[in-house]
Formats: sequence, structure tokens, C-alpha cells
Amino acid sequence: MLLEISDLDVYYGRIQALRGVSLSVDDGEIVTLIGANGAGKTTLLRALSGLRAVSRGTVTFEGKDITHERADLRVVHGISQAPEGRGIFPGMNVQENLEMGAYSRKDRKSKAYREDFDRVLGLFPRLAERRRQFGGTLSGGEQQMLTIGRALMSRPKVLLLDEPSMGLAPKLIQQIFTIVEEINQQGTTVLLVEQNAQQALSRAHRAYVMETGSIVKEGTGKALLADPAVKEAYLGVA
Amino acid sequence: MDFLLKNFWELTVTGLTQGSIYALVALGYTLVYGVLRLINFAHSEVFMVGTFGALFALEGMGLNANSDVTSASAAIGYLIVAALAAAAASGVTAVIVERVAYRPLRRRNAPTLVFLITAIGASLAMSEGFAIWRGRDNEAFPTVIDPKTQFKFFDASVSNLDILIFLTAIVMMFSLDTFMRRTRLGRGVRAVAQDPDSAALMGVNKNRVISLTFLLGGIMAGGAAILYGLRFGVTKYDVGFLLGVKAFTAAVLGGIGNLRGALIGGLALGLVENYGSAIVGSQWRDVVAYVTLVVVLMFRPTGILGESLGKARA
Ligand SMILES: Nc1ncnc2c1ncn2[C@@H]1O[C@H](COP(=O)(O)OP(=O)(O)O)[C@@H](O)[C@H]1O
Ligand SMILES: [Mg+2]
Repeated sequence: MLLEISDLDVYYGRIQALRGVSLSVDDGEIVTLIGANGAGKTTLLRALSGLRAVSRGTVTFEGKDITHERADLRVVHGISQAPEGRGIFPGMNVQENLEMGAYSRKDRKSKAYREDFDRVLGLFPRLAERRRQFGGTLSGGEQQMLTIGRALMSRPKVLLLDEPSMGLAPKLIQQIFTIVEEINQQGTTVLLVEQNAQQALSRAHRAYVMETGSIVKEGTGKALLADPAVKEAYLGVA
Repeated sequence: MDFLLKNFWELTVTGLTQGSIYALVALGYTLVYGVLRLINFAHSEVFMVGTFGALFALEGMGLNANSDVTSASAAIGYLIVAALAAAAASGVTAVIVERVAYRPLRRRNAPTLVFLITAIGASLAMSEGFAIWRGRDNEAFPTVIDPKTQFKFFDASVSNLDILIFLTAIVMMFSLDTFMRRTRLGRGVRAVAQDPDSAALMGVNKNRVISLTFLLGGIMAGGAAILYGLRFGVTKYDVGFLLGVKAFTAAVLGGIGNLRGALIGGLALGLVENYGSAIVGSQWRDVVAYVTLVVVLMFRPTGILGESLGKARA
């Protein structure tokens, strides 16, 4: 397993947001996590990136215990996140935002770095057209592309995506999910958090369902798409 | 009014040199505010320590209050050593303050009010510490530069010291601005100021950025300290108090969190104080400064340049 989460508890003060969450992501997979608003999906991703402290349980990455590792070092290990709300640096232009994504890399003058830059601009041609535009002035869709592109600039082994479809028009949503698949096919493992269950499950190798801080179901993307309880709760089918 | 018109250019020169010193100190408030949203009240003592750093360096090189440096090359040598000493003293002091006073609070997620009280406590502790060590009287600086008129600016005489102060401040601020825009570490500072969580997700070590921010603010205060020593010739334990308040005013006036705002705010404050005291009398100097601040904030609540370091494009 590339990423192994076992029995994780996370609190906000006295409120428990995650209760014994276990989840694993294998090399090369797209793993989807769905759940209603407030289920704890963002909390889990923040804990994985080291932005939120863990009270109990472990996070193992490539066999190494990183439960209490500093956030900035996790990027060096190969965990990268495109956060909810996108977290674009508003006072930096597109180019600088992408360069921030490579902050932890030692090879910023190398050919490999320039190739990664071109690869990201290839995935998101819109960003190439707006290289000098400031992050704060981009549209929602462009910001989403930028946050994903920026997360790729660190050459992650696993990419954590927090609701990339949120607030986007249907056509753009389709486009973003297609690009996520493309990123995965180019060799990056993906942990995808979504409320858009139909799209996210249909593209996942495996998936988990989270309710009020606990994992309540897991299976292949197909199996969960066909599951009557999932259909009723997340796919709007009675 | 008559006095203002008659002495307009003289007042301008004085205002710009004082404003340069305000601006350099203001940078420290603005930098720390930008990354931590904290008013570092101890910054005035970071400046004070710098003045002593410069003074001790000059004394260490065998100068005293009565010595007169005549050769220009010797003066430059003394100045460089004293400036480095002041920058080192202020920079190290600022970093230590952060480590000892603020970092433990951050680790415990202390509320803002606790940070403010700690800042005031650190400020008092340092100035009283120096009062006990050095006494409460002025200590005189050696005269390294004897102010001599170099040229006339309209009808005002501009001295070598005026030029040195203004140029040093501009060069230091330009270097800082370039550092922030061009270097990897500078961008790390801007990233933390704009979005601390996102910065961590990029692999920015927040604690290191914070230390760096205090160090840079300290170095700028050290620059101000040596210039202050040359200009006013004395220092003591509470030398940072009024200057700190003025520099903080300058930072807010220009738009706190904004580096270029610190420059504009500092120079504007220096000028306004001098013009204002020419009109209503020099005993009103400080009142003029604060009335200006209040009036500006009434119309532009975020200061002249407005944007915070967070949003600032520089
Ligand atoms: N900063 C916070 N402080 C207190 N409670 C929080 C905070 N962030 C999230 N929560 C709570 O934790 C739970 C999980 O939230 P979150 O992880 O954001 O859910 P999701 O991403 O699935 O919508 C919710 O009940 C939410 O109210
Ligand atoms: Mg969420």
C-alpha cells in the first residue's frame, strides 16, 4: 500500500470529527471518498497533509509512519493536495502560483522541472494563456485548474483532491474529471474527495463512503454505484 | 503659514530624512503583521538594541563622544562596521524575541490578546533591562560624520548626512522588496502572508518563514538604528518608544502589511510632521502626526496603499 490510514481520530476542541477512520490507497489507483457535507472528508485530507493534528491512529506512507510528520515535509515525501476552496495565492500570478507548487523541489533549474511545467500547461491550456494574471482575478474554473496544476508541480506520488467539482458548471466538471483520469494515467495516484458521487464513483478504482466521521461502506467504484443505499443517499435515485 | 512657505524646502529635507528612519522601522511592524497578524510591540526595543549595537561597535573601535573622524575613508570603515553591528544586534534580538515570547504561544494556539500582552511585556522587559544595565541617561555617539552642506536643493541646504540617510533607507528597502519578489525564501514569506495553510501544502516551513520575517524586520531596524545614531547623536533605554509609535503609525498610514506602504507612510509622516509643526508650532508635532493618521484612516481605512502584504503584489 502506498498510503495506509488506520483507526484515525481527529478532534476540533471537544468535537470529534473523525472516528476510527481506516482507509488505504494503493499505488496507481484512483480512490474516491464520498460523503455528505460535514461528514469529515476535508478533515481527513487536512490530517493527511499535516494541517490538522491526529489524536489517535496512524498514517503510513510508503511503509513509513508519518502520523506526526510536519506538513512541509510531507510534500517532500510525495503527498500533495489541491485543497477545498482552492487556496490560490491571490497576490501571485499564475506562473508564480505554479512555481510555489515546486517550492520543495531541489531541481528547479533542471530539464525535468521544465518538462513538468510544460506538462501542467499542457493539461490546462487555459493557464498557459493566463500566465501573468493574478490568482485573485481568475474565474472559479481557472482557479480549480491552477490549484490542481500547482499541486502537480511538486511531482507527488499521491495527489489529494478536495471537491474539485465544487461550484463549477457541468461542462467544466466533466472536463476536470477527465483531466483527473489523465493525471492518474500519467502515473500519479489520486485520492479524490467528492460530493458529485456519480462522476467520482464512475472514475474510481475503489471508493469509500463516509458518514459523520466514520467510513460506513467500501468497495469498487462500480459496486458502490450499483449499491441501493448509495443510490438513494448520494445519487438522487429513489 | 509664512514660516512654512519660507522654510518649505528645508522642512522637506528634514522630513524626508526623518521619514526614511520611520520607514525602515515601519517595515518590521509590517512584515510581522503580514505573516502573523500580530503587532509586535517589542519591535521598538529591537531598534533600541540596534542603537546600542552601533554605539558599542564604534566604542570598540576606539572612538568616544569627543573623537572626531576626519578622513573620509576612515569614516566609511567605521560606518560599515557599526551598521553591520547594529543590523546583527537588532536582527538577532528580533529572532530571539520570536523564539522566546511568541513561538511558545503559537504552539499552544493562544488567543490574540495573549500575544498582545506578551508583546507589551517583552517590550517593557527589554527597555527596563537596558535601563538597569546602562542607566537612564543619554549616551552620546561619536561624531563619525560631521554634517557638511553638499549642495542647495532650491533654498535648502542638503548635508552629506541627509544624503546618506535617505540613500541607505532607499537601498535597504529596494533590496528587501527585490528579495521578497525574486527569491525562493521571499516567495515563501509572501505565500505564508497570503494563505498560511496553502503555503504549508506547498512545503513551506512556516516556523522558518516566521524566523526569517523577524530577522529581516530586525535588520531593517538595525539600519534605522545606525542612521538614528548619526542623525541625533544619542541613545538610551527608551529611545525606541516614541520612534516605535511613530513607525507603527507610518506602517498603518501606508497600509499595514504592505512593504511599499511602509516607505510611503514613513516619508509621508516625516513630511507632514515637519510641515505641520511649522504651521502650528513644533510642540504640536506629535499631535499633527496622529491627526493625520486619523484623517487618512477615516477616508481610507486600510491606509494609503491599502492592500495587505497578503494581497500585495510585491
Ligand atoms: N475549524 C473547525 N472547527 C470546528 N469544527 C469544525 C472545523 N472544521 C470542520 N469542523 C466540523 O467537523 C466536521 C467535519 O467537517 P469537514 O471535514 O469540513 O466535512 P466535509 O469536508 O465532509 O464537508 C463538521 O461537523 C464540521 O462542522
Ligand atoms: Mg469539505
